[in-house]
Amino acid sequence: MIPAQFDELRVDDVSRHFGRRRALSRITFQAPRGAMLGLLGPNGAGKSTMLALLATLLRPSAGAIRYGDREAAAYGPSLRAAIGVLGHDLFLYPELTARENLEFFAGLYGVASPRDAAAAALQTAGLTERADDPVSSFSRGMRQRLALERALIHTPRLVLLDEPFTGLDDSSAAALSRRLRGLRDAGMITVLATHDLDLAEGLFDRAVFLRDGRMTATVDRPEALRAMYRDIMSRST
Amino acid sequence: MSGFSRTVWLVLRKDFTVEVRSLEIAYTMLFFAVSCVLIFAFALVQEGRAPEGGAAGILWIAVAFAGTLALGRTFERERQSETLRALLLAPAARPAVYVGKLLGIVALLLAAEMLLVPLVALLFQAPLLAHPVWLALILVTGTIGFAAVGTLFAAMLVRARSRDVLLPVLLYPITVPVIIAGVRATAALLQPEMDAAVIRFWLALLVTFDVVFVTLSLWTFEPLMTD
Amino acid sequence: MKKWFMPAVIVCGLMFAIAPVLIAGAPYESTMGLVQKIFYVHLPSAWTFLLAAIICGVASVRYLFGGAARQDRLAWAAAELVVLFGAITLVTGPLWARKAWGVWWQWDVRLTASLMGWMVAVAYLMLRRYGGPGSDKLAAGLALFGMANVPFIYISVNYWRTIHPTTNVVPTLPTSFGVPLWFSAVSFLLLFVLLLRVRVRLEEQRAKLDAMYLSMDA
Repeated sequence: MIPAQFDELRVDDVSRHFGRRRALSRITFQAPRGAMLGLLGPNGAGKSTMLALLATLLRPSAGAIRYGDREAAAYGPSLRAAIGVLGHDLFLYPELTARENLEFFAGLYGVASPRDAAAAALQTAGLTERADDPVSSFSRGMRQRLALERALIHTPRLVLLDEPFTGLDDSSAAALSRRLRGLRDAGMITVLATHDLDLAEGLFDRAVFLRDGRMTATVDRPEALRAMYRDIMSRST
Repeated sequence: MSGFSRTVWLVLRKDFTVEVRSLEIAYTMLFFAVSCVLIFAFALVQEGRAPEGGAAGILWIAVAFAGTLALGRTFERERQSETLRALLLAPAARPAVYVGKLLGIVALLLAAEMLLVPLVALLFQAPLLAHPVWLALILVTGTIGFAAVGTLFAAMLVRARSRDVLLPVLLYPITVPVIIAGVRATAALLQPEMDAAVIRFWLALLVTFDVVFVTLSLWTFEPLMTD
Repeated sequence: MKKWFMPAVIVCGLMFAIAPVLIAGAPYESTMGLVQKIFYVHLPSAWTFLLAAIICGVASVRYLFGGAARQDRLAWAAAELVVLFGAITLVTGPLWARKAWGVWWQWDVRLTASLMGWMVAVAYLMLRRYGGPGSDKLAAGLALFGMANVPFIYISVNYWRTIHPTTNVVPTLPTSFGVPLWFSAVSFLLLFVLLLRVRVRLEEQRAKLDAMYLSMDA
């Protein structure tokens, strides 16, 4: 499986509804390679739906998501090979060891040497010592680190992260921020949904503020996120 | 190994490893199946005598019930940390994921049948083991047919509400031919004079059912699993 | 509503008013007596039942692979009518069988297949009712499997046992029996078309309302 190649992610007037429930209305943004984009908003704002749409798990009800010059339907599985997803539910088998989880998914993604890829990922996650322990014995923070490396095991071009800071202590969160900056420098497109503004401070090239499924603001190179967030959210009510 | 068979193998091996670690499905399903057989024994055995021809039916009812339990649990496990989503997100061929899950379920059910057959034979005084090859053929083809439909339905119901009750509601009407064929063929096996022509007819029906429904499942798995 | 709808409702009402007269006027069948008259309801409802099931299956397959919401609405409406006409068929059948065969129920191929088809339709409706969002696709899959299952049920039950009177007696019925039967069949068919139309329209309106609601920029 040769992963799809694209240099830009472009979300164009996308809406998604479930029956009568409007999960997302008319969202528009774009992100070039090497950009880190933040989706910010309270719970239920539509952040996870947006990520599911970008991951091709859902199709937009209206509008288009273009990866480079084409939509998802034009790519087929090659697009899925170029996307890495860290879901809110982590996508790990608790009965399997860290190594087994990584090798399984590396195999599914057709990585040339699942064994080496898993070993490298364990190294990055700082879990080499615990590689052969089942994931069920891991703390939330360790699982989170492992899940991130699982999502990156096939070096995707587009990385989608849903609340990656959940359950991390300060030093792990700092390590995660460093890792994310590394992804940006490597030219990946990263879309990160979070409501944890302190940890995300200074991370984003662009922040998209969502509320009740709508875009309330887009800010480039945001600073003083918390104040900005409070300001934007109070304005939109 | 091609991409398709590698995915099948990976999914199957993963399910096997998970099951060997916990043995949760194997133990609960076996105990449940044995309980089913015992309830039938209490209900049907009178004055120490089992009813004529009851053994075949009881064997298949136990398989169907235990199978439903195993199907539900297998996919509940994939739902817990949304790993089924992760499987669908991978670029691997989606029908291969189906085949991997199917083989795992079939293996589990066949293991359960290894215990159920002697138990039913013992409790209902049925000569089930008199023709082991025929019996194995009937059990394997019947189990594949049941599991083929069951795996697809259980997988697609992962996205639905009330999935626990809906699985048997959807599954049993569709698998009626498998149950009829399995029970009738097993009953023919238990006759004092085994009726090979009858068994051959039912086996042919089961094989056709397996081929048709596995094909249909492979064909519909992708549209049913995606939005 | 389309122009033909109200006249058709009136015609259908009249036909159902006339049908009992025709049925009462038809000659007594010698062996079955009065009970034979159930046939004028049983057979037409069974045909309608079959027609509804075919429509549901075909529309479901087209929805599953084409994705047009119109097909989904048609399949849903047809499934409800499968349950309705199936219920009529399954209630009138045993009433007739009690007299003809001496038992309420027989595990005959057509009875069993009808019952299983009806069960699949009930399962279809339950899935849509309780399955939550996305259950439309799943229901379409179930309908496809239900359709593929019909030959297997037929063959398996047929080999197991069968005693149902075959349908080819119908064209050879004497005219005095045939006219009320065909009249009744046309009435049922018309009723089916009207109910299907109303049901599909209800879903169309609902979809339209949803679309309007969603387009409203609240």
